[in-house]
Amino acid sequence: MNLYVLLKMVPDTVEELNVSADGQSLDSEFLRFKLSEPDDHALEQALLLKEKHGGTVTVVALDAPEVDDVLFTALAKGGDRAVKIPIAQAGLGTAASAGVLAAFFAAPGAITPDTLLLPGSQAIDDLEGELAPLLAAALNLPYVGVVCGVQAADGKATILKEFAGGLRAEFEVALPAVLGIQSAEKPPRYVPVAKVRAAMKSATIDTAELAPPDRPVQLDIARLYKPEAAGRAEMVEGAPADVADKLVDVLAKHSVV
Amino acid sequence: MVATREPAVVDRTTTLETLLQTPAGKRMMTCIQCGTCGGTCPYGDTMDFSPRLVINMLRGGFMDEVIKSESLLQCVACYACMAKCPRGIRLTDVLLPLVKEQVLVTHTPMPAEFQKSLENMNRYGNPMGESPRKRAAWTATAGVKIPIMAELKREVDVLWFVECYTSFYARGQDNSRATARLFNALGVDFAILGNEEKCAGECGQLTWESGLFESLAEYNMKVFNKYKFRRLVTGDAHAYNAFHFRYPMFGLTQPAEHTTQFLARHLDRLKPMLKKPLDLTVTYHDACCLGRATGSYDEGRALLQAIPGVKLVEMVHNRVNSLCCGGGGGGMWLDTYYKQKGMDRLSDRRVKEAIATGADVLAVACPYEISRFEDALKVVPHTKPIVVRDVVELLAESLA
Repeated sequence: MNLYVLLKMVPDTVEELNVSADGQSLDSEFLRFKLSEPDDHALEQALLLKEKHGGTVTVVALDAPEVDDVLFTALAKGGDRAVKIPIAQAGLGTAASAGVLAAFFAAPGAITPDTLLLPGSQAIDDLEGELAPLLAAALNLPYVGVVCGVQAADGKATILKEFAGGLRAEFEVALPAVLGIQSAEKPPRYVPVAKVRAAMKSATIDTAELAPPDRPVQLDIARLYKPEAAGRAEMVEGAPADVADKLVDVLAKHSVV
Repeated sequence: MVATREPAVVDRTTTLETLLQTPAGKRMMTCIQCGTCGGTCPYGDTMDFSPRLVINMLRGGFMDEVIKSESLLQCVACYACMAKCPRGIRLTDVLLPLVKEQVLVTHTPMPAEFQKSLENMNRYGNPMGESPRKRAAWTATAGVKIPIMAELKREVDVLWFVECYTSFYARGQDNSRATARLFNALGVDFAILGNEEKCAGECGQLTWESGLFESLAEYNMKVFNKYKFRRLVTGDAHAYNAFHFRYPMFGLTQPAEHTTQFLARHLDRLKPMLKKPLDLTVTYHDACCLGRATGSYDEGRALLQAIPGVKLVEMVHNRVNSLCCGGGGGGMWLDTYYKQKGMDRLSDRRVKEAIATGADVLAVACPYEISRFEDALKVVPHTKPIVVRDVVELLAESLA
């Protein structure tokens, strides 16, 4: 199979996110980026499919801080080829990102009859999960999103898709296709650091030169701000017996007891 | 004969394939298959391949079978097998980590909790996945000024390597605050690395992850080389183990000491300051990385006995026979896995021994043990209250 995984870098929320002085963007001073979690699952799903059916796994990413580490890690995990598109992801909206990626896949021979494009189903800065359907539309390929399992056979893929309320459905889709991956069939695998370091020494990242998009963003951010607290928790203090009495009052007040 | 840990028996490049050509590997050929290692191993009864069998399989060229099994996931790097080996074979720090590394390469998936901790150590420099920019945040609660190397811009006598659990884990910070008070009282010329510090990586090396260990050791060495200091002191027995044995292979030239060793060396000056009697019966748990790994059994006990009112009692397993808390070699993040396998938690076994002494306090000298034993005490029934305290916490409390 010809498997492509689209990797996107998102802000690492282990560091506190702050709004910068312009009130429209994240303060980049301490911002670190990491691989979007559904994309990590997309990579795992691709590696599982390769192990089952053979083929190649190509990981593709736009330029972003720490993206090289992520690409080398993907190679160390079993990816065959890594491609970086030297256009900064940070300045692009989802539609523009999809446009650049569509241009990459429009190259002759990129998409073969046994191709699956596997982006993550969503990202913390694309909760609507627009990238995958926009890319599928631009390439005129079928699309299924929120995928949590993929079986492939005879030019078709059988897809397990999750719905709200614990429902799951099975879809059949003809290849080539775009599948937005929510979770792989197994948790993303561990790759020993020694393997990543070896990949950094021996492997290379290919570069695909593409024209930057005409319209990098289609939505203007009017104001970016932290959620304002609407109410606060009430701390009950005092000796245990007093606390118990106060707690009973509070529960009674709210008709819990 | 007990294995001694002279570093020259292997070097950084030794692998499972080259091991038998090294002095440590040649010694493995002299194994008499007595089985003392498997018998003393706290999980020896649940392993498919006990340390004795691992040596036999290595000599017979059947390591693939060992690597395919999950046996080595059960090694908590407690040094018991190595300390008891009559042939002085380097099991815990040489053979077993090399096998474990291959287990990690071949075994997917790894237990999730364990995998996350290794990934966190690699990305954030601490296993809990906390922001590296908050590593020195505890110093605001220290009560005394904690100098930071980057700000001090001069040579110090002691570079205090604080480590992860003592920086981020709320109960672990009690150890750091106590150490700061003790250093201050003794007038120690010290500083810490602050947010520049990353995990020493001992659990990487002993665990399985030589690449992770190398990357952390190279990083920390680069930071050490920016500054001038005469000695490294750390309250983390695991970090001490790494600095003492492995970091010299990465170019560390300064001596390393564990806090208990450093304070015991200054006991003449410290003792007159310990004026507040604590009136406690205390039992001391030998940390594997201090006791069996380096023979440091007396320092923790000497410090406890210097505290007025402290009565020291021993658990049934003590000193070289001490029972591991189960946190070493990656065990810290394998509790769920052990539970799933129906195995005993070693920390539960150990607190039962502590309870049996009737002590008021289970004293420890390794930051893993605070959380492990406090958790164990929550599930092991006991009537008389017993608490877990680090030796430095008790010393600081006794300061007038």
